[in-house]
Amino acid sequence: MSTAISTRDVVKTFGSTRALDGLDLEVATGEVHGFLGPNGAGKSTTIRILLGLMRADSGSLQLLDGDPWHDAATLHRRLAYVPGDVNLWPNLTGGEAIDLLSRLRGGIDEKRRASLLERFDLDPTKKARSYSKGNRQKVALVAALASDVELLLLDEPTSGLDPLMEATFQECVREIREEGRTILLSSHILAEAEALCDRVSIIRSGRVVQTGTLADLRGLTRTTVEVATEWPADGLANVPGVLHVERVDGKVRFDVDTDHLDEAMDHLAPLRIRSLVSHPPTLEELFLRQFGDVMEEEPAR
Amino acid sequence: MKAFTGTPALVRLALRRDRIRLSVWVLALVGVTAASASAVASTYDTPAEIASYARNIGSSPASIAMAGPPVALDTIGGIVVYETSLTVLLGVALMALFTVVRHTRSEEEVGRTELLASAVVGRHAGTAAAVSVAVGASLVVGLGVTGSVLVTPFPTGAAVLYGVSVTVLGIVFAAVATVTAQLMSHGRSATGAALAVLGASFALRAIGDVQGSFLSWLSPVGWSQGVHLLAGDRWWPLLISLVFAVGLFGLAGWLTTRRDVGSGVWADRPGPGRAGRLLSSPLGLAWRLQRGTVVGWGVGLVLLGVVFGSVSNDLQDMVRDNPTLQEYFAETGGSITDAFFAVALLFMGLGAAGFAVASALRLHGEESAGRLEPLLATDVSRDRMLLTPLVVTVGGAALLVTVGGLGVGLADALVRGDFGAVLPLVAQSWVQLPAVLVLVGLAVLLMGWLPRATAVAWAVVGFAFVVGWLGGLLSLPSWLSGLSPFQHLPQVPVEEVTVAPLVVLTLVAVVLVVVGALGFRRRDIA
Repeated sequence: MSTAISTRDVVKTFGSTRALDGLDLEVATGEVHGFLGPNGAGKSTTIRILLGLMRADSGSLQLLDGDPWHDAATLHRRLAYVPGDVNLWPNLTGGEAIDLLSRLRGGIDEKRRASLLERFDLDPTKKARSYSKGNRQKVALVAALASDVELLLLDEPTSGLDPLMEATFQECVREIREEGRTILLSSHILAEAEALCDRVSIIRSGRVVQTGTLADLRGLTRTTVEVATEWPADGLANVPGVLHVERVDGKVRFDVDTDHLDEAMDHLAPLRIRSLVSHPPTLEELFLRQFGDVMEEEPAR
Repeated sequence: MKAFTGTPALVRLALRRDRIRLSVWVLALVGVTAASASAVASTYDTPAEIASYARNIGSSPASIAMAGPPVALDTIGGIVVYETSLTVLLGVALMALFTVVRHTRSEEEVGRTELLASAVVGRHAGTAAAVSVAVGASLVVGLGVTGSVLVTPFPTGAAVLYGVSVTVLGIVFAAVATVTAQLMSHGRSATGAALAVLGASFALRAIGDVQGSFLSWLSPVGWSQGVHLLAGDRWWPLLISLVFAVGLFGLAGWLTTRRDVGSGVWADRPGPGRAGRLLSSPLGLAWRLQRGTVVGWGVGLVLLGVVFGSVSNDLQDMVRDNPTLQEYFAETGGSITDAFFAVALLFMGLGAAGFAVASALRLHGEESAGRLEPLLATDVSRDRMLLTPLVVTVGGAALLVTVGGLGVGLADALVRGDFGAVLPLVAQSWVQLPAVLVLVGLAVLLMGWLPRATAVAWAVVGFAFVVGWLGGLLSLPSWLSGLSPFQHLPQVPVEEVTVAPLVVLTLVAVVLVVVGALGFRRRDIA
């Protein structure tokens, strides 16, 4: 497995803030890699450093087969970028902006440009100043997706799109993946990441805290159980392997190591099970668990 | 009156947001009027000087086209009005129309009006508030103008009428802007349309006054100047202005009820769906973004050149009659016409420097607006992004001094009937370029190393302008005035062209650009 992106112990500070605090990120060639984290975790800073727009204070970086800072322009011929906040020239039309960006990148696939304009339902003759946020984002997406590049860096590319366009975007990403190209998709829409990504990295306060396939992250060894019982389900927390016991709407929800699943069932069975659902934890649950303490700390400050 | 509910609160909001902007407008307009009124009063302080002014300036079509009808020029008050009214009338009209568009269409465009309109705010409250603020500011400017001219020997009644005529022009252009703000769906196009009306008003008045024809009566500026201060003090032309303004307010109110919030009566025209062949490099983009600016500055400098050139012939007589002016031109030395041309060409150079610094700093504006990032994420190196657009900057500056010099030369040639000096003047205008290049270099240096301090480049342009304008009158130490690169240029056509300072200035500019580019390679892009 060759790597498209590899960073080791990257540090970037702005004054006294440490935006990246030893970031390790690996993206394999040909995969769709989700880059997840709350606002301000360092996602955009990482992407800017990968683009050579900013210089890392320390650490080593490799993008495709070059150094993002020194070989910026030559590497950029092989990648496309969609910023999180798309700003366009107010007096240029969307079509002109698409052509400009793709020509600067070294050309565009005309057929794909036309079909993307149609799929994203974008009018290229409108002046950029009259576009909504979603339409500006579509301009950047069409320019990036229509170009013939090995790597796409997408920074929250769908935050302004409606659900229909979100579906179109997901289709496009799947097509690109089938062509064997690589995508780094920064997002905080977890359903999107769950639907698209082969592997994800979760970033928090400038460090990658978890990385792996969705299956890895969910921990095949762990299951989430939601159960309703006739008699109160007390004492679950004392069962070995049971974690995160919560009571919701008269039901009990908990996670349990797969090795200890039968012990948990033995505990529940005499309590007369009315209903039982079990599933691997969703990305959202993982995410909330990872950052739950942050959210609880917030109001206390 | 439900449609106006909430107006007072919106007026307070506008005043709160514009407290600095409007104060600067008012202070600048009143300050300039007061300063030039007292300067004029001290320059023309003998009956002979006043008579010479009336004879020479009052008969020059170019000067009438700029300043207005030549009334009462045989009095000091008449000269004060003639010298000050262009600036203050233009200024008050611009202030009023910018203020109205800013608080109506531009607010609507960014969506803040929607937020306010959902509260207890009447349909016409936004427009009414913007108009109230613009009219109030025009009123203050009018009062200031009255006060400024009263310092000179000026009858009170005429001073009040002067102030009122200024205020009324502000009201008319506030009204023009309320209509364009209804028609257009974007702030920029609404401002542009109102500016076009203002330009047409000045043009109609200029032609009408030169011909002495009725055309002046088709122009709001003509109405305000039709009061003929100190030569009749007529109030009735201002009635036409007020009727016109009320008509426009009514039209704007009617248009408001016939359109949706967020869109204009006229929709935006679609543009090309594909980019032209030029739009495929940083240079092509720079040209596309700046071509309008180049044309605008070009027209401005040609007109300025024509004004300079067309009075050069009257100058000998004027200066002979006026010791104050003799003193001013004695600073430069040489023949009076040559000294005058040297000043004219310096102004072309300063104009070109204004364009060039704005053009070079454009990249910084693009960076702050977040539009540089996607460009640098393509196959464009930082050097190419920074340096190739300078072709537009330097080429534009060269074009500007050329057309400026051509304007001076052609107007002078037409007045004299001798075209021999045209080409030499154009060639001499190029002497200004090395100083312009130094300022471009300074702008690039700042963008490379201290992007937050790019305003310093503007400060140096302003300083060069003051030093060039007032020259030796300031008696600054030479090291200080030497901070203006224009001070190191040979003063052609008074002096011979010397190559050494031109080469040195160009080299300084190149070094500044190179050092700036090194900084731009190294720093983070915001």
